[in-house]
Amino acid sequence: MTPGSFAVILVHLVVAVLVTPLLIGVMRTVRARLEGRVGAGVWQPWRDLIKLLAKEPTRAPGSTPVLTLAPIVLMASSLVLCALIPLVSTVALASVPGDLFVVVSVLLVGTVSLALLGLESGTAFGGMGSSRHMVIAAMVEPTVLLSVYALSVPAGTSDLAAIVQARVADPISLLNPVSLLAIFALVVVVIAETGRLPVDNPSTHLELTMVHEAMILESGGRDLGWLELGSWLRLTALLGLVANLAVPWGVAPDAAPLSLLVGVGAVFAKLVVLGAVLAAAEVFIAKLRLFRVPELLAGSFVLAFLSVSASYLVF
Amino acid sequence: MSALLAPTLMDAGLLAQLAVGGLAVVAAVLAPPRARNLAAGGALVATGLAGAVTGVAALLGVEAGGVPVPVALPLTAPLDALVLAPDALGGLFMALAGVVVALAALFGIGYAHGAAASRTGWTAFAVFAVGLQLVPAAADAISFLLAWELMALGSTVLLLADHAARGPVRRATLWYAVMTHLSFLLLLAGFGVLVAAGGSTSFAAMRTAGVAGPAADLAFVLMVTGFATKAGLVPVHVWLPRAHPEAPSHMSAAMSAAMVKMGVYGMLLLTLRLLPAGPRWWALVLVALGAVSALYGILQASVQADLKRLLAYSTTENIGLITTAVGVGLLLRDSGQSAVADVALVAALLLAVSHAAFKSVLFLGAGSVLHATGTRDLDLLGGLAARMPWTSGAFGVGALGAAALPVTSGFVAEWVLLQGLIHVDARTDRLLAIVIPVTMGIVALTIGLGLLTFVKAYGIGFLARPRTSAAADAREAGVAMRTAMVAGAVLVVGLGLVPGPLSQALAAAVAATGVASVNGAGLAVGAAAAVLDPVALTALAAAVLVPLVAVNVVLARRHPRREVALAWGCGGERTSPRMEYNATSYSEPVVRVFRASLQARRAVDVVHPDSAPMIVEHMSFTQETADVVESRLYLPATRALARAGDLARRVQNGSIHRYIGISFAALVLVLVVVAL
Repeated sequence: MTPGSFAVILVHLVVAVLVTPLLIGVMRTVRARLEGRVGAGVWQPWRDLIKLLAKEPTRAPGSTPVLTLAPIVLMASSLVLCALIPLVSTVALASVPGDLFVVVSVLLVGTVSLALLGLESGTAFGGMGSSRHMVIAAMVEPTVLLSVYALSVPAGTSDLAAIVQARVADPISLLNPVSLLAIFALVVVVIAETGRLPVDNPSTHLELTMVHEAMILESGGRDLGWLELGSWLRLTALLGLVANLAVPWGVAPDAAPLSLLVGVGAVFAKLVVLGAVLAAAEVFIAKLRLFRVPELLAGSFVLAFLSVSASYLVF
Repeated sequence: MSALLAPTLMDAGLLAQLAVGGLAVVAAVLAPPRARNLAAGGALVATGLAGAVTGVAALLGVEAGGVPVPVALPLTAPLDALVLAPDALGGLFMALAGVVVALAALFGIGYAHGAAASRTGWTAFAVFAVGLQLVPAAADAISFLLAWELMALGSTVLLLADHAARGPVRRATLWYAVMTHLSFLLLLAGFGVLVAAGGSTSFAAMRTAGVAGPAADLAFVLMVTGFATKAGLVPVHVWLPRAHPEAPSHMSAAMSAAMVKMGVYGMLLLTLRLLPAGPRWWALVLVALGAVSALYGILQASVQADLKRLLAYSTTENIGLITTAVGVGLLLRDSGQSAVADVALVAALLLAVSHAAFKSVLFLGAGSVLHATGTRDLDLLGGLAARMPWTSGAFGVGALGAAALPVTSGFVAEWVLLQGLIHVDARTDRLLAIVIPVTMGIVALTIGLGLLTFVKAYGIGFLARPRTSAAADAREAGVAMRTAMVAGAVLVVGLGLVPGPLSQALAAAVAATGVASVNGAGLAVGAAAAVLDPVALTALAAAVLVPLVAVNVVLARRHPRREVALAWGCGGERTSPRMEYNATSYSEPVVRVFRASLQARRAVDVVHPDSAPMIVEHMSFTQETADVVESRLYLPATRALARAGDLARRVQNGSIHRYIGISFAALVLVLVVVAL
């Protein structure tokens, strides 16, 4: 428990909260421009968020505290996620290292709070979204844990900071097929967990296809604001993780102010580039049918599995 | 008799359990009906606590003097004295059984009604509890089997208690009685092989005899099948989803949380204590058995709409995970990776303890729901969180534990298991390079489906709006029931927050060195150099929550929440509760994705009015998910047995001449055999 690790966590949280709405704005603008629209500008998510947080939420008679708690729990889990993942620096708390399994379970806390919120309202849409959301989460789980496994084998630990440091120390391993397969599987996981195309369309309210939007349909005002920010933070954290695993340079190895500054700049650049690429790719693909999603996830599972067994048998 | 006159602490604990258990029987028989629940239940709580204290003492290494009961039966078999002397591993399981019995009996004081509250009901429960707590104390085959049979007998009678009121009880008891006796016979045969090879019924002598080769293999197969039947592993799990729902709920909790664990204890006893140097395929058998059970169990659980049946299948899943962990541990010990093997074995014990904690809470919660609404069908429930806040809170904590989310005991146990799996060094061993990743994939899918299952169980049952008037009129449970549920929930969270000391004791029980306690609360997996400190994780979450809640409170002051009669309702009246998603529709995508293994049968019935065939008057949908193992394996077997019975009946046609002929033939046969 050094002051340095506290400073790093504080930097992580502040950077994540400040950058996230901007990242969403960039992704929406890229998409709009590629589709020939002007778009609302990169600051629109910030404006939306401030508007939502200043509005009163509503509540139906007979609703339970889950209605109030779920958005807060989602927000808290996303923030803990940002604190644990080495976005800016690999310095971590000694007693809470960024262990991959802990990170995954914190992610799942957010997933479950969203699913319970969907059921809480007692409408057909909420239940439908919740059911689909949990089925996708269940199918993603094997890929998550196996790609984690594949990445942890060369480093000999499931501590994220140690994995990133090991990858900086041995840049050749980045182009190793084992590593590439695992990263690719992880990208599919990130897409599924954060509800992006082709698994879920974040900008649809079409009843046949929506997953995430169906769960938060009944929420409004402040609640919706927390839900939006919480979901966006998940995207930042996971994209940041993939970016730092695939391109581990720039992550601060210590808590010195200068290296933290470099780290912030690096992670910002990586997030914007990765977000823009993701948004550009989304223009060219359509949403999969819900019952085709398991095929996609099974494919990513096979990649992760190949990656693990190759790391044992070939390399 | 000297041990009886000058008992050690341990022997005193064992005798106390027997004495207080006996007292419970007396109370059950003599107390007037009004006071019976309190008297018998109270005595059983004391029995359970005595078991818990004795078990913890044994776990911490207090030696038992042993209570030898000399056996003098006129048999030629070498029967040694019956000895009750738990070792550390036995102590763990005795403590586990004791705590579960205490919780279940406490719940029973408020819950037991009808047949379960009769003299027979409480007596059977007392017999069951004493048997259950003494199984892990046995230090020889005969006392083990005696306690085992006491446990089976008590549970069968209690299960059958309500047969007059409800029809399915009889079928469930029949399945249970057949399977539990199958288990007993297999164990008897297995111990027979070991006694014949080792020359003594005492466990210590069996170990020193070092039985190996075909005799050991035969004993392993017989006993693992027997223990798997008790533990509810696929394909011998069929009694579990029938017996658990039909038993009185406090009994379901004790059976699921503690009794099936005796199967796990048996497997550990066999592979660690009696036959410690088994060949590699034993470990592979356990891994396969466990992995198949875990996946099949959770898949079936995820599509059940009956709350207690769902929990029963989830027990199969959890026992599957435990068996997998045991198998991986043995496999790694065989491969010489003893440090990682230790982690896997400790994970197995942690899984067992955490399952006992959260499954008691869940079954007791289901009992409370059943008590309040009269149904266990999730499709008819809903909205209970507002009506039964205590039950809802406790069940919610149990569900978090079952879904392995932080910070519960389930999370810690699965974290240790996953750490064990990823730190296997499989570079030199091709078998491990295949088995370990496949196991990891199956464990991961099991965890994922487990999440879905328990989000469904909690969300459909307790959130949303009541789907029937029974759910709408539900009332909170009484004090005894609430206390039992809350105590269980506290255990789930407590073991999740402070897993260090327990893990250290468990590691000592299986002679593992790789797992240690750090910072007084946390857990360090030595071989893996990984640290988990749930208290620090909670502190981090709290540090994040404080500013978040502060902002939320400030915002809530300025713009308070508004209550509206109509949330959205798609612009119309608030929709009818019939339009809510229910348990069946919630798991529809799972049924579709896994249609090959679930084989659901659906029927959609559409009724049109005679005048207008295009208009739908009424529509109904039914869905049945079959247990494939039952329909493919057991039904053909029982049919073949019935046919064999029909054939045998031809011999017995009532003709006195034929009977005399058969007797004569038998006599001749005996004479011939004697003459040879």
